[in-house]
Amino acid sequence: MSFTCPTPHHDQETLLLGHGSGGQLTAELLQDLVLPALGAPPDAVLEDAALLPGDTNLALTTDSFVVDPLVFPGGDIGSLSVHGTVNDLAMRGALPTGLSLAVIAEEGLPLADLRSALKSAGKTAHQIGVPILAGDTKVVGRGAADRLFLTTTGIGRRIPGLAPSAALARPGDAVLLSGPIGLHGTAILSTRESLGFESTIASDTRPLHRLVTALAEFGAAVHTLRDPTRGGVAAALNEIARDSRVSIEIEESALPVPPAVAAACDLLGLDPLTVANEGCLVAFVAPAVADTALKALRRMPEGAEAVRVGTVTAGAPGRVETLTLVGSRRIVDMPLGEQLPRIC
Amino acid sequence: MKYLDEYRDPVLACSLLGQLTDAATRPWRIMEVCGGQTHTLIRQGIDTLLPAGIRMIHGPGCPVCVTPLETLDRAMAIAAQPGTVLASFGDMLRVPGSSTDLLALRARGADVRVVYTPMDAVRLARELPDRQVVFLAVGFETTAPANAMAVLQADRLGLVNFSLLVSHVLVPPAMTALLEDPDCEVQAFLAAGHVCTVMGWRAYEPVAARHRVPIVVTGFEPLDLLEGILMAVRQLELGQYHVENQYVRAVSRDGNTEAQRAVERVFTVTDRAWRGIGTLAASGLELTSKYAQFDANRRFDVSGVHSEEDPECIAGAVLTGAALPTDCTAYGTRCTPRSPLGAPMVSTEGTCAAFHTAGRPRARRSS
Repeated sequence: MSFTCPTPHHDQETLLLGHGSGGQLTAELLQDLVLPALGAPPDAVLEDAALLPGDTNLALTTDSFVVDPLVFPGGDIGSLSVHGTVNDLAMRGALPTGLSLAVIAEEGLPLADLRSALKSAGKTAHQIGVPILAGDTKVVGRGAADRLFLTTTGIGRRIPGLAPSAALARPGDAVLLSGPIGLHGTAILSTRESLGFESTIASDTRPLHRLVTALAEFGAAVHTLRDPTRGGVAAALNEIARDSRVSIEIEESALPVPPAVAAACDLLGLDPLTVANEGCLVAFVAPAVADTALKALRRMPEGAEAVRVGTVTAGAPGRVETLTLVGSRRIVDMPLGEQLPRIC
Repeated sequence: MKYLDEYRDPVLACSLLGQLTDAATRPWRIMEVCGGQTHTLIRQGIDTLLPAGIRMIHGPGCPVCVTPLETLDRAMAIAAQPGTVLASFGDMLRVPGSSTDLLALRARGADVRVVYTPMDAVRLARELPDRQVVFLAVGFETTAPANAMAVLQADRLGLVNFSLLVSHVLVPPAMTALLEDPDCEVQAFLAAGHVCTVMGWRAYEPVAARHRVPIVVTGFEPLDLLEGILMAVRQLELGQYHVENQYVRAVSRDGNTEAQRAVERVFTVTDRAWRGIGTLAASGLELTSKYAQFDANRRFDVSGVHSEEDPECIAGAVLTGAALPTDCTAYGTRCTPRSPLGAPMVSTEGTCAAFHTAGRPRARRSS
């Protein structure tokens, strides 16, 4: 079955907010516009970080942060911008060696807001032990940007023996999830005035490099790592199933959805599987090390609630299925696009 | 979670399925009216677990889906006018109009905002006194009280820049219209629990009696649906046809009388066009003459709107249960949630979207 639309019904000539959602629209934008424009092959495996040509022990990644509000329960744009890039490096098995930080700020931004965001970024990088080595600051006129956008770029060195890739998941692999899902997205939503719900949900934003270090002993048995940010676990699993040409089966009942997240999602009509996370990872490991790898994750505070949520199968390539609560099967599709932008 | 996990228990689900298998001695066709129920059925795969003879027919209860194309085109014409803010529930933004959708209009500079309650639109009107704020008031009896409250509030505040583009619809006339169709296959209904929370179930009693059809007021969780189906099957097997209430934790026979009074103050019953179905007598709500100044149709001249449905879309047949989304030639190819031809592929309550999201493959063409 072809899912392409040869003659678009409506004009798709302008960028929509959904193009930045991390879901299907983002994937289409990358495939149809970004990759061709940059001369990259359209079927390129899209990893969280790239390996440097000439020295594949070095990984490189970049990420922009436009989260609204700048400060949210559990974090702020400064800490998020460091975590995001450190985590993308970690998903290729790399520990960060240096970061750059670029600032785009809107005229009229209180200096106190800029200072606290940058202090938070600096403090976070210090705690992780990675220096911020380069930077840039641009100020644009009022209305040309909304308060503050940050971009971080990171370079990291791979932990010897670890070579995870989105293309390496294999039938039989255990799918491990390092912690509860849906916290970041619902925490941000709870701050949006128009939604009018109050909650105690805090973002899970945190660095994940220590969890990856804890998996180092399993070496090549760690096939794939991914932090399910925008688009949530559903998007991450779909990307891995596509890039590894495998099928993934998860169990709905095994998913760690905190009660407050489940309640917020029910109220807002969201699926916790598609809600953004900033502090958990999915790990695809060889079946022989599944139990010990799970224990290794659980020994770390950030992985204390790690669980096994599924298995890779040799079914239809690219297909993600879940065993529903009542015991039937359902496809977990790539989310289309988020209606609530600026989540990270 | 309290009051949710209890209704998603796999052991109880198995037990209900067992009881259903024991109860059903013949094939039966049951329609779940509400799109929320359709989504639970498809998302949890409940329809695939039912005894072989029990077939669920998916009903018209998706407010986004039945909102006429003309209303959408009017909303877009209003949103395109300078100085206006069009506020709507999120699902409406992606529904295709004749030539574009609200999301694309927003990308081109129109001020289109997602709100979670019409009261937010009233608040916008207070905050933006120089702009005309229009709320796209769609939905069934469930959303009517909140929209009525918004009008009462705007009236109390003396707001002259707030209006509603009303396209409210009522469930019992739609059920009656389905039953009066000579091709109707529906033998029992699961009535929409949330609609009944507001309206109670008195209005369904004459429908059940006249058409000799069991009606079970049913909730939205997996166990609600299984129990509702079981109650309907038991009535069918016994040849009974009365209104039963499965959703006892939320619904009473009289409903929420205070909410009903607010609706009666602000709205009056009118004939209403349903997208894909046609105009049904006394099946909708419009503002009463007392509150006519809040009618966006009066405030804006959008008489030049010409609406045209995509000829390939079979939304009407899907909404009346006459066809499955997977019967459609465009399903999954020319029509996807990404690029929908019709509303049922858009809404979180739309039957086509429910099927597509759950990865149901298109039916093989028999001819």
